[in-house]
Amino acid sequence: MLKTILAARETLLLVAVLLLLLLVSSRFPAFIEIDNLVKVLTDTSPLIILALGQMLVIVTRCIDLSVAANLALTGMVVAMLNTAAPELPIVFTLLIAVSLGAVLGAINGLLVWRLAIPSIVVTLGTMTIFRGTIFLISDGQWINAHEMSEHFSQFPRGSVAGMPVLAWIAVLVTITAWIFIARTPTGRAFFAVGSNPHASVYTGIDVGRTQCIAFIISGALAGLTGYLWVARYAVAYVDIASGFELEVVAACVIGGIAIAGGQGSVVGVLLGAIFLGVVKNALPVVNISPFWQLAISGAAILIAVAFNSRSSQSRGRLILKEAEQST
Amino acid sequence: MNNTVQTMPDHLRSPFSSKVKSWETLLLLVAIGIFILNSFSSPYFLDAWNLSDATFNFTEKAMIAFAMALLIISGEIDLSVASIIALASTAMGAAAQFGAGTAELVFVGLTVGICCGAFNALLVTVMGLPSIVVTIGTMSLFRGISYIVLGDGSYRGYPEDFAFFGQGYVGWVISFELALFGGLAVFYWVLLHKTNFGRAVYTIGNNPVAALFSGIRVQRVKFILFLLTGLMSGVAAVCLTSRLGSTRPSIGVGMELEVVTMVVLGGVSILGGSGSIVGVVLAALVMGLMTFGLGLLNVPGIVMSIFLGLLLIGVIALPRLWSRYVSRTE
Repeated sequence: MLKTILAARETLLLVAVLLLLLLVSSRFPAFIEIDNLVKVLTDTSPLIILALGQMLVIVTRCIDLSVAANLALTGMVVAMLNTAAPELPIVFTLLIAVSLGAVLGAINGLLVWRLAIPSIVVTLGTMTIFRGTIFLISDGQWINAHEMSEHFSQFPRGSVAGMPVLAWIAVLVTITAWIFIARTPTGRAFFAVGSNPHASVYTGIDVGRTQCIAFIISGALAGLTGYLWVARYAVAYVDIASGFELEVVAACVIGGIAIAGGQGSVVGVLLGAIFLGVVKNALPVVNISPFWQLAISGAAILIAVAFNSRSSQSRGRLILKEAEQST
Repeated sequence: MNNTVQTMPDHLRSPFSSKVKSWETLLLLVAIGIFILNSFSSPYFLDAWNLSDATFNFTEKAMIAFAMALLIISGEIDLSVASIIALASTAMGAAAQFGAGTAELVFVGLTVGICCGAFNALLVTVMGLPSIVVTIGTMSLFRGISYIVLGDGSYRGYPEDFAFFGQGYVGWVISFELALFGGLAVFYWVLLHKTNFGRAVYTIGNNPVAALFSGIRVQRVKFILFLLTGLMSGVAAVCLTSRLGSTRPSIGVGMELEVVTMVVLGGVSILGGSGSIVGVVLAALVMGLMTFGLGLLNVPGIVMSIFLGLLLIGVIALPRLWSRYVSRTE
């Protein structure tokens, strides 16, 4: 029963995405050509990567509002590093981006774990601190395309088997996340902590530590995206990805992640992000002003969260019924 | 029987209430400290008009913070306040284009504020959705509507006497906003600390189930609190629009963070159940004096936001570190 409802949830999203594609392509057939779909996937890749990290955090009953600021700060640091040492191999850039992101995530995680401060307060705070720090280290200056070395800005755009590296990374992260969540004890622990923190303590799971790990992973993915973002758009400044954290949370909520924790799937989040990505890319095609984007994602969050609570209510009842029948 | 009742104290002197008291004393000392520091660091600080200007830093945010304090004490939160300002301001701008007078503009601003609050309230209390996601959603939705209406444009051309709310003075250096801030502070102090409604807010924050069983209409109280927060955002929208004299869809962006910071800095527990209006007033003064002082020292706004973030985390982290340190040494 539980499985069919979860399946229905994701099927519904898939149907919504397909309907959207069909609707747009009925007037603009070029939209569903493979080339364009790859473009849409590439454009949505940062959102997918960040949403998967955010998913882990939300599943453990926390929220990470600092991801966009983390992304911008890491992006600025690697961009400045690139201008200082243009010949640095890309492997090191990636490594630095991921580790710096993880460190920033660890700051959130440690404050939540060690001091038991509510995650929303912590990440609202670190969000502004990270943004301010970008201004401090960059002096408010932009780093533009011509200041970046060739291999730095070309890496995410390089094509492998007809798809840009950026999209491949998103695919890789998605598969890793799926295996990690389904097949490792730590992955299962996130859900245990989110479903019932007290019970998970008795099964030997450290709740705070698990939440901290979720924040570190979310931060590391934000750091990775930071480099990819800066390289792809070939510009770094204080306000890049400003407000992007809301879109990330939106993708999660649309993907069926319960904000109360303990529920969610990788496929759902993937579809949630793709849904937003298709909407965003379809708007200019069907000649609607991009200014609609914000309101649409807001409305989508509200509809999705209303839908989430409906499905969780019926599930609660079902569990009770099953318990009654078994006794 | 009567004897036992008489010997029972009417309220318990818990260590917590004394902690809250000392928190407000601490805030007062910090405010005085910043005041003295500022007056030494800049010769322009100790001037009645400069100080009066400085109050604009916090009056609009504090108006929302009062209502937000009650909301957070009751265990909910509203992150959409800044977006309500944007929508209310956009509606006022549109009304002004159709030649609305000052009275109509204020009416439009407050009505939009209340409607937005009612929308949040409906989703949270009637549909039973978590307020944090709902208001993250409406945060996008409300500002999104402003963007749809305005795009990258702006509204100007407000009537001349509309400027009074954000730029007018009721006497000497007391601006209209400062007077309103004072009036609202008294109103919310009475509401939270002297009425049954205020007691209900605390009860709900401490234990919503127990509150329900003791006859408090929990959902109705929460509904009213969301309405009040929406209304206060509308009031702040009137003041801010009047002060700036123009409306862009990005108006007041990020203000929700400062409002929440102000409330938490004022000693309100983010988990609900405790806090006081006096604390929020003092927190408003501390934040206002700090931003003004840093501004006099030519510190850019975005760097100030680092202080803001540190303040937000610091005010919660330090007492916890301190109590852990104390319990360890004992």
